[in-house]
Amino acid sequence: MSDKVRRRDLLLGAGVVGAAALPIAGPAAAQAPAAKPPAAVHPAPAGYMFLKPSEQAFVEALVDHMIPADELTPSGTDIGVAVFIDRACSGSWGRGDRLYMQGPFKAGTANQGYQLPLTPAEFYQQGIAASNAYCRKTYGKAFDRITAAEKEAFLKGLQASKIELAGVPGREFFDMVYQTVMEGLFADPIYGGNRDMVGWRMVGFPGVSANNAENIKKYNDGMPFKAEPLGIADMS
Amino acid sequence: MAPRKLPPVDIVIVGMGWAGGIMAKELGPTGLKIAVLERGGPRSTQDDFNIPQIRDELRFHQRTGLMMDTAKDTLTVRNKLSEEALPMRRLGSFLPGEGVGGSGVHWNGVNWRWADQDLKIRSHYEQRYGKAYIPADMPLRDWAVGYAELEPFYEKFEYTTGVSGKAGNLKGKLQPGGNPYEGARAKDYPMPPLTPSLASNMFTKAATEVGFHPFPRPASQASQPWVNRDGQQLGQCQYCGFCERFGCESNSKGSPHITVIPVALKNQNVDLRTYSWVQKVLLDSTGKKATGVLYVNVKTGEELEQPADLVILSGYQLNNVHLLLLSGIGKPYDPKTREGIVGANYCYQVQGGVTLFFEDRAFNPFISTGSLGAIMDDFHYNQDFDRSKIGTIGGATLAMGGPHGRPINYHPTPPGTPQWGSEFKRATAKWYQGAVNIAATGSVMPHADNCLTLDPTYKNRFGQPLLRMTFDFHDNDYKVIGQATDAAGVIAKAMNPKIIAPGASRRSGWSVVPYQTTHNTGGAIMGAQPGASVVNKFGQSWDVPNVFVTSAAVFPHNSAYNPTGPVGALAFFAADAIKNRYLKKPGMLV
Repeated sequence: MSDKVRRRDLLLGAGVVGAAALPIAGPAAAQAPAAKPPAAVHPAPAGYMFLKPSEQAFVEALVDHMIPADELTPSGTDIGVAVFIDRACSGSWGRGDRLYMQGPFKAGTANQGYQLPLTPAEFYQQGIAASNAYCRKTYGKAFDRITAAEKEAFLKGLQASKIELAGVPGREFFDMVYQTVMEGLFADPIYGGNRDMVGWRMVGFPGVSANNAENIKKYNDGMPFKAEPLGIADMS
Repeated sequence: MAPRKLPPVDIVIVGMGWAGGIMAKELGPTGLKIAVLERGGPRSTQDDFNIPQIRDELRFHQRTGLMMDTAKDTLTVRNKLSEEALPMRRLGSFLPGEGVGGSGVHWNGVNWRWADQDLKIRSHYEQRYGKAYIPADMPLRDWAVGYAELEPFYEKFEYTTGVSGKAGNLKGKLQPGGNPYEGARAKDYPMPPLTPSLASNMFTKAATEVGFHPFPRPASQASQPWVNRDGQQLGQCQYCGFCERFGCESNSKGSPHITVIPVALKNQNVDLRTYSWVQKVLLDSTGKKATGVLYVNVKTGEELEQPADLVILSGYQLNNVHLLLLSGIGKPYDPKTREGIVGANYCYQVQGGVTLFFEDRAFNPFISTGSLGAIMDDFHYNQDFDRSKIGTIGGATLAMGGPHGRPINYHPTPPGTPQWGSEFKRATAKWYQGAVNIAATGSVMPHADNCLTLDPTYKNRFGQPLLRMTFDFHDNDYKVIGQATDAAGVIAKAMNPKIIAPGASRRSGWSVVPYQTTHNTGGAIMGAQPGASVVNKFGQSWDVPNVFVTSAAVFPHNSAYNPTGPVGALAFFAADAIKNRYLKKPGMLV
């Protein structure tokens, strides 16, 4: 493995354990001796760190339903969104970093926001189990085995608060899941999703763009600014 | 175990953001011993805002990497006095900062002068519309300080942060292209306006055609390389699109850590202590004199007592009010009896607007900066705008032209578009470049029920009661933003987009969940009389005269303007009074 690849792995690892570890990658990388660039430019993080097999199946089915393969992008799983969610759950966000976790825990109004005694990772797991239980009862199979139309009906029902899950607030679960899918589609590739920056290419976002002091003058006539996007790893 | 008592200092400043930095810079040259206690860590452009890591939407936007950590300290929230307040378990509606520079490192940089339209608001409405026009449950107050008195201090702040803009009123003479409703300024802005975007230009043209008076939004992003009055350098803005919620890697956003703080720290007598979390202001047996502060070194857990002759609270608005309540300074507001004053007049702002979708042009939303855009004051500082027709007090600005294209949060689609699947992707790809928003921001007037008190149940990491926020929008706020959103629709039509998506005119109440604005104000309001205010115009406590408060906590109401301009000007104004009057003869300044 070349130093370049090792450095990228380090960055990917930093994304997993959270924000605090990121700056450490900088000096370590800077001290690494120069080496030949590797053939594989975007090593894909393989395998799951956190989700159990039934949860993996749920998440893969979900992200492939929400981000199907078409002329714009490969499927959600193929662009790393399932891996992104796995890493998010196993990392600092999933473990409840910055979440006030003191009781008493009470159900509040919608305007009072999140009030469950669960970390996001725990909520993900509880929500998947309750979703699968609902799907088995209603459609006879777990979420990953039901038809696309059934998936659509289930997700829309959750979103509209028309479906109640046992022991889990369905609408809040949907909101969290949806947020992580959008993050996996559009976050910097160092976190495992948005592989090859396909989410950014889809809309035309140039990523970690550089100097626009000239571009702002040049591109104020309605013409799109187009550039090969750059991610954090490309500039590290 | 009793806290370890440190050798006394002359002045303790709590919080090292804009207000604390200004205080430390202005008071440093007195040679007095000054300790600045900041609960967060150090911050530098080089180590904290470096490329490429600062341009990480997930880390800094989604996960609020530069903001206060709600696991350690938060507040409880409720809409009504009859509800039980519950903890804001994660950040959402607003984002107070933490660490050296405070919220001044992640602000958008919009830098206004609040003039007599705000500072003399009650007098104006009584005169123009009659005393009965102001609702009985709206404790609207004049500010105890007028624009003429503050004007030189606005200039000081503008020539400290750097502001790119176009004067509308120079020494009473209206200037074409500027804001015709602004207060007269002695000097123009330090720098010419930022380079306008397509959206700024379109808004300027359309709003002018409809009969309004748009102008470039005053921006604390340097439109050119610039050196401030203290010799601190700002680089030219790079329009990178990572401004609000991020620190600036090119030192072009006027921020405390590159302006006032390094200047303050050149004074050997100014001692900045990071990771120092102040828990309360200590009072003597009379309760009328502060003897210092109690704080915790959060790296070791050690409790320390710092004796001081003068205590200046320069934290974020919410934290200043919290400290006053925890310390027993002033009479706490009781919303049931409407007696007391500390915690009263908590205000916020209200958002509205419309989104426009064009098929034939690209806005390049990622080529942008925090304050970029054109804005208009025709429904805000324009006092000819007759409020009696809609029955409102206050007003709203309308603006278009910023602020970013970071795609986790910015991928607008027309109403009715599916939110996932191929159709969602196609719509996102189609409209990302062609969408633009006219943003309406409305003032929020005080209401007798909206207040900050101590929570009876929930505690912070040290076991102290959390601050409890009771807040909701009221009829006046909804009417203000409804009118502005309707007007935004009229301007939008003049631009002839393919689709105009109306802003949701929500009346479902304030929610802590979606981000709205970090413009929280009030709770330690200034006034001309004790009893009806917490501090005088210099921020000096009526009850404990060797305690001063600087921040938006002293604002008696909230404007449609961003608050940092008057936060900075009032800090300079108070520092001047402390340096030239208080320190020579400690006692009440008014």
